[in-house]
Amino acid sequence: MSTFAAVVLFVGVLAYAVLGGADFGAGFWDLTAGGAERGRRPRHLIDETLAPVWEANHVWLIFVLVMLWTAFPTAFAAIMTTLYVPLGLAALGIVLRGSGFAFRKVMVRTDQQRFTGAAFAASSVLTPFFLGTVAGGIASGRVPTGGNGDGLRSWVNPTSLLGGVLAVLTCAFVAAVFLTAEARRRDQADLERWFRHRALGAAVGTGAVALAGIAVLHADSPRLFDELLHRGLPLVIVSALSGLASVALIGRAAPRLLQALAVAAVAAIIAGWGVAQYPYLLGTHLTIADTAAPTPTLAALTVVAAVALALVVPSMGLLFVLSQRGQLQSH
Amino acid sequence: MPDLLHPVGGQLLAAAGDPSQLLPAREQMAFTLGFHIILVPFGVAFTFLMLIANWRGLRRGDGQALVLARRWSQVSAVLFAVGAVSGTVLSFELGLLWPRLMGRYGAAFGIPFAIEGLFFFLEAIFVAIYIYGWDRMRPWAHFWTGIPVPLTGIGGTLSVVAANGWMNQPAGFTLRDGEVVDVRPLGVIFNGAFWYEALHMLLAAYMIAGFTVAGVYAVGILRGRNDRRHRLGLAIPLTVAAIVTPVQIFVGDVAAREVYQNEPAKFAAIETVPTTSTHVPETLLGVYVDGTVRFGLDIPNGASLLSGFSPSTRIQGLDAIPPELRPPDHLITLVHWSFQIMVGIGFALLALSIWFAVAARRHRGVPTGRWFLRCTAVSGVAAIVALECGWIVTEVGRQPWTVVGYLLTRDAVTTSGNVWLFFAATLALYAAVTYGSFVALGLLRRRWRRADEEPGAEPDGDVPYGPSRARETAAAEPGR
Ligand code: HDD
Ligand code: HEM
Ligand code: HEM
Repeated sequence: MSTFAAVVLFVGVLAYAVLGGADFGAGFWDLTAGGAERGRRPRHLIDETLAPVWEANHVWLIFVLVMLWTAFPTAFAAIMTTLYVPLGLAALGIVLRGSGFAFRKVMVRTDQQRFTGAAFAASSVLTPFFLGTVAGGIASGRVPTGGNGDGLRSWVNPTSLLGGVLAVLTCAFVAAVFLTAEARRRDQADLERWFRHRALGAAVGTGAVALAGIAVLHADSPRLFDELLHRGLPLVIVSALSGLASVALIGRAAPRLLQALAVAAVAAIIAGWGVAQYPYLLGTHLTIADTAAPTPTLAALTVVAAVALALVVPSMGLLFVLSQRGQLQSH
Repeated sequence: MPDLLHPVGGQLLAAAGDPSQLLPAREQMAFTLGFHIILVPFGVAFTFLMLIANWRGLRRGDGQALVLARRWSQVSAVLFAVGAVSGTVLSFELGLLWPRLMGRYGAAFGIPFAIEGLFFFLEAIFVAIYIYGWDRMRPWAHFWTGIPVPLTGIGGTLSVVAANGWMNQPAGFTLRDGEVVDVRPLGVIFNGAFWYEALHMLLAAYMIAGFTVAGVYAVGILRGRNDRRHRLGLAIPLTVAAIVTPVQIFVGDVAAREVYQNEPAKFAAIETVPTTSTHVPETLLGVYVDGTVRFGLDIPNGASLLSGFSPSTRIQGLDAIPPELRPPDHLITLVHWSFQIMVGIGFALLALSIWFAVAARRHRGVPTGRWFLRCTAVSGVAAIVALECGWIVTEVGRQPWTVVGYLLTRDAVTTSGNVWLFFAATLALYAAVTYGSFVALGLLRRRWRRADEEPGAEPDGDVPYGPSRARETAAAEPGR
């Protein structure tokens, strides 16, 4: 039962990493799109693709938090009392990002747009970084069972920094692939080229950091390293192959296939982390079973998850289909 | 009823003094909740008004109503975003500020939140489909995509408030050695405070959305823009608010009596009752100092009559609370005043509602008397003040408990980090977001006014579903 709840929780992490990640990454490209004139068209595409979906994508984070504190309350408290710095910064970054984005849509003067746009874009980079350091802190066992761990070293350490940088890069990668596909769907060849170059750059960057990360994990989190290369190996391979395939096919493949490959690359590596970490929720000291809530709570969560599956997944599919068909657009 | 003298798990720390993080954590929680709750009515109830306008527009071929619906959907897009991100901060804060609440009771307290998450999901999805679907779907299909929004808003409100009700009247779990060992999910959700709190909050949301939106159009009419659209923009929301207000007062009255029965300490603070007695007067105004009420106006037997319909109704006083669990005097006064302001505003808004009904009947149309419009203009702010006051009654009136009888607030608070810093950053950021919201809404308004003055100048001026210029404009100059 507790394993099942952990899987549901982890599915939320995956969905947030992929869907929320694509939104964060779009902010990264927005930030680096250049001056007002040069960046106008890419920013417009980003704006149009993001506007209808970002809020729904964002709810995955709420889902993860709620699942965590209900199904694994003590682990939640331990994480919150240890990693409060990056978590607090991420929370504020989320406010800045969401409101900056919503305001920018309304603004007309360039200077106002620039200000709100900068708020949106900068926080889109910082927030995944901080969330990545949180993942690193948990994975490398720096959150003690009782909480109140070291407020600084729990997230300023090799694994955390690796997690933060990888989070920013993978977000940028997924977003660039998604936006390439979107530009192709709209027959905007120049924008397609623009994003394709960036997708390639991000892929190379992510690959390089991931390779370097092997050494970091070996030194800093030996158990995670071992399990990644044993139990997690198939997933690591799937991730690498999908990533390579998406890069190789980026100029040719159908938009949908491209998107699927990018999703698979990110989802597989995160799933690899989950598999490597099992059966522990925190590092190598607190198991999922030990921190789980009483069975009726887990059963209630299962019911909620099943209802969510039945209602949310089709609705979300409808949203994505409508927005990809250009049925949803802002004015 | 738990034993108030011997809280489970938490030690009686009265002598030890409060942990230093308690003050900033409370201020931060109160501030961010107070901020979020203002946006909630716009997600829950404003969308309902929008659908009424949409329905009317389609049903009667009323282009003006459709324009209203579309503009309202643009406003709610902005407010919904701010509501969503400020709600996310709250989720983080429950862990960052109150880890010992979540760590110990998350298994019970979390269940309503999990259900809430489900509703948020659906709400966010359908809000997006509706807001961005104008012009791109067939009119009635578009209307129907909006229907889930107010429904999920209701579901979300019921489940969050269930969590709050649980803190006031905890139920549905078994403790052993300070640990939650068994949970009865339905017992948690349908706790004693659930129905009246949830209903009261829901109605408050409809009042706030109704009076606020009506107020905006009242100002417009006062400034001379007395056209059909403004009158419609006044009439739709004000009708909804006027229907809801009397029901709200009835539910509030029920709530007060429930609190009298199940949360005597809170009730004693609401009515500032120093000593347990019968024939308790209803004290208007008044300040509670050292066990007595000063500067108050007493209505003889008032409180006893209201709570038990008889002057001999016995009301538990503040003296019945052990001194170490008695909230400080200034909090008691705060609760007392908040309650009176809420009730006062409730009756004032009832008067406005009756005025509206009577005047509308007499004029056979939307009343446009200057004093009526002026009162309507401020009614939204008044309703928001009532909402904040109500929450102060509920939350401060619960002190020193976070989970009544089980967990003291000072035992729930975090011990790590520096909450003052977090609080300062939050204040600065929220100030910027508030400013940004006003700028954004002001821009929308100015754009619409220009569109009204020279029809066709702005895409938004077009009648929705009609031949829209929006697409051509967007195609001609991509980017902004
Ligand atoms: C527009 C807003 C509004 C208006 C006009 C009123 N209230 Fe209210 N009240 C609220 C908005 C509110 C609320 C939504 O803010 C609260 C906070 C928690 C809750 O359940 O509703 C609340 C709480 C609240 C409580 C505390 C419940 C608890 O702690 O569990 C009581 C006893 C009342 N109200 C009673 C009244 C009465 C007798 C009113 C009659 C005029 C009234 N309220 C009008
Ligand atoms: C009476 C209290 C509350 C009510 C009625 C309420 C209702 C709502 C509603 C209707 C929304 C949708 C967004 C909007 O319309 O603006 C929302 C957003 C949110 N609320 Fe609250 N809320 C309350 C208190 C809280 C509390 C205490 C928390 C957390 C601990 C919370 C967490 C959230 C979150 C995470 C969101 C964002 C969901 C999204 O992304 O759409 N809310 N709330
Ligand atoms: C329904 C959801 C809500 C939940 C779960 C919730 C939860 C909490 C928690 C955990 C605290 C800190 C511990 C405590 O002081 O008891 C708190 C305090 C507080 N909350 Fe709420 N709250 C909710 C709704 C609201 C709303 C909508 C307001 C709006 C004004 C509000 C106002 C306050 C205030 C003023 C305090 C500080 C009380 C004090 O410390 O004196 N709450 N709440």
